[in-house]
Amino acid sequence: MAHLNPAVVGGAEGGAEAGAGKVSAVDPAGAWRSFDLAASSLRELNHFLHRRAQAEGVTRVSVVHPDGAHSIACGLDAPLEVDVQGHVGYYVAGMNQAASVTVHGNAGPGAAENMMSGRVHIRGFASTAAGASAHGGLLIIDGDASLRCGISLKGGDIVVGGSVGSFSAFMAQAGRIVVCGDAGDALGDSLYEAVIYVRGKIRSLGADARIEPMTATDHAAVRELLAAAGFDHDPSEFRRVASAKSLYHWHADADQEY
Amino acid sequence: MCGIVGLLVKKPQLRAQLGALMVPMLTGMTERGPDSAGLAVYTEPVAEAQHKLSLYRGRHAVDWTDLLARFSSDVSGSHRAHATGNHAVLTTDAEPDDVAAWLLARAPEVAVLSIGRSIDLYKDVGAPAEIAARYGFAGLRGSHLVGHTRMATESAVTPAHAHPFTAGRDFCLVHNGSLSNPHLVRKKLEPLGIEFETDNDTEAACRFFEWRLREGDDLRTAVQRGFSELDGFFTFLMGTDVELLIVRDAFACKPAVVAESDDYVAIASEFRSLAHLPDIAHASLFEPKPEEIYSWHI
Repeated sequence: MAHLNPAVVGGAEGGAEAGAGKVSAVDPAGAWRSFDLAASSLRELNHFLHRRAQAEGVTRVSVVHPDGAHSIACGLDAPLEVDVQGHVGYYVAGMNQAASVTVHGNAGPGAAENMMSGRVHIRGFASTAAGASAHGGLLIIDGDASLRCGISLKGGDIVVGGSVGSFSAFMAQAGRIVVCGDAGDALGDSLYEAVIYVRGKIRSLGADARIEPMTATDHAAVRELLAAAGFDHDPSEFRRVASAKSLYHWHADADQEY
Repeated sequence: MCGIVGLLVKKPQLRAQLGALMVPMLTGMTERGPDSAGLAVYTEPVAEAQHKLSLYRGRHAVDWTDLLARFSSDVSGSHRAHATGNHAVLTTDAEPDDVAAWLLARAPEVAVLSIGRSIDLYKDVGAPAEIAARYGFAGLRGSHLVGHTRMATESAVTPAHAHPFTAGRDFCLVHNGSLSNPHLVRKKLEPLGIEFETDNDTEAACRFFEWRLREGDDLRTAVQRGFSELDGFFTFLMGTDVELLIVRDAFACKPAVVAESDDYVAIASEFRSLAHLPDIAHASLFEPKPEEIYSWHI
């Protein structure tokens, strides 16, 4: 079980003075801004990220006192760097496109759900449905991910430093999930074309998921994803889980009794 | 959707701050549960021969002083009442069942919310902040508490349907989720002489666990048995006079996060209800795993 608390909540950039638009601190050179969510609203933060950051030449935004707020840095569609200094609630960086969002803390349900591209890094643990239905991008979770991690994944990559809970990668259609720890029950149930790599124990596989031999391509994929996520494991320690594809076609003769 | 909060202070000197620490936890769960709120607080137990009953008069015009006088003239022994708005805590050395019977006959507009030697219970409809102010939650003292904010999905919005639910003595339960077989549970319990007060699904769980406790199970064993008897989604938070317990269903459908430090164990549906707690940056944070039972003793 991962325990992580932000080492510093409200550092040098977290000045209390709220200027125009409630931006808490402004870099004279204009490259970064800091928002204190104890002083400004979530809407002000997200509005700045969506509508003003690029126009004002801001590329880095720091957020202090997130205190578990929902939907922080949701729906970004520009190459911004967002650092959140603390724990966040539901849907952090949901629908992310092009941005790089780092949470120096834990995340609530649905972190980076429906991500399109970019990078989301949760330094602590993530609650249920992390990376759900992500179409692209890379989600990194340093700690554990709870149940349903990567459910309905549609092309994104997920690297989990710890373990994933039950029903992870349920109906995952495309993309890759690397689990450095263990997996819970029903891993990869009703998988389509997504592939899961697990280093630790798998409590049980879901329907139609099976363990397959690791090929050179798989080793390369795991090496690439581990490097991108900053983990140092040996790719040969991982096992490949993919779809047996027995559910792809309707079996008219199958037993229909339940 | 609903919000749950629980708090247990580990050091006796923190008991005076229990309510003040908890109020931001409860109001932090307003978006999850805006229609009703309630809490059970566990205090120092009353003397061996005594019991406490939390009473509720709702909108009925009941003069608590007059009620106590009428009760004292009918039932021998020492009794006192402490009123807070439409709630009152009656401390008495009469048998609780006799008190309940007297109330039913002589003051049927008064509902008994809880019976025990440690538990005080407050619940009502309205926004959590209003209810916290109405009943002076910030001033509550005690070792631990179980609180809830409700967004009704299964049954009506009334004070009786608000959480916590209680059964027996010093036992209470709050619930985020919904049960799919409360009527089957009820059909099993009613022939055993167990009476229900509402049609709420949570009440079925509360009475099931309390029945198991009376049958000799400890709370963990009762909860373990519940996994095969109660079907549906749940994060349950329960209190007894000495214990606080949380458990989530096998699918972890409803959220929960625990913060534990040397001073306290704080539980909430979401971290945003814990963010204000003292020294939270150094507390150990975790999410209870599905079907694992976590409990703490005072």
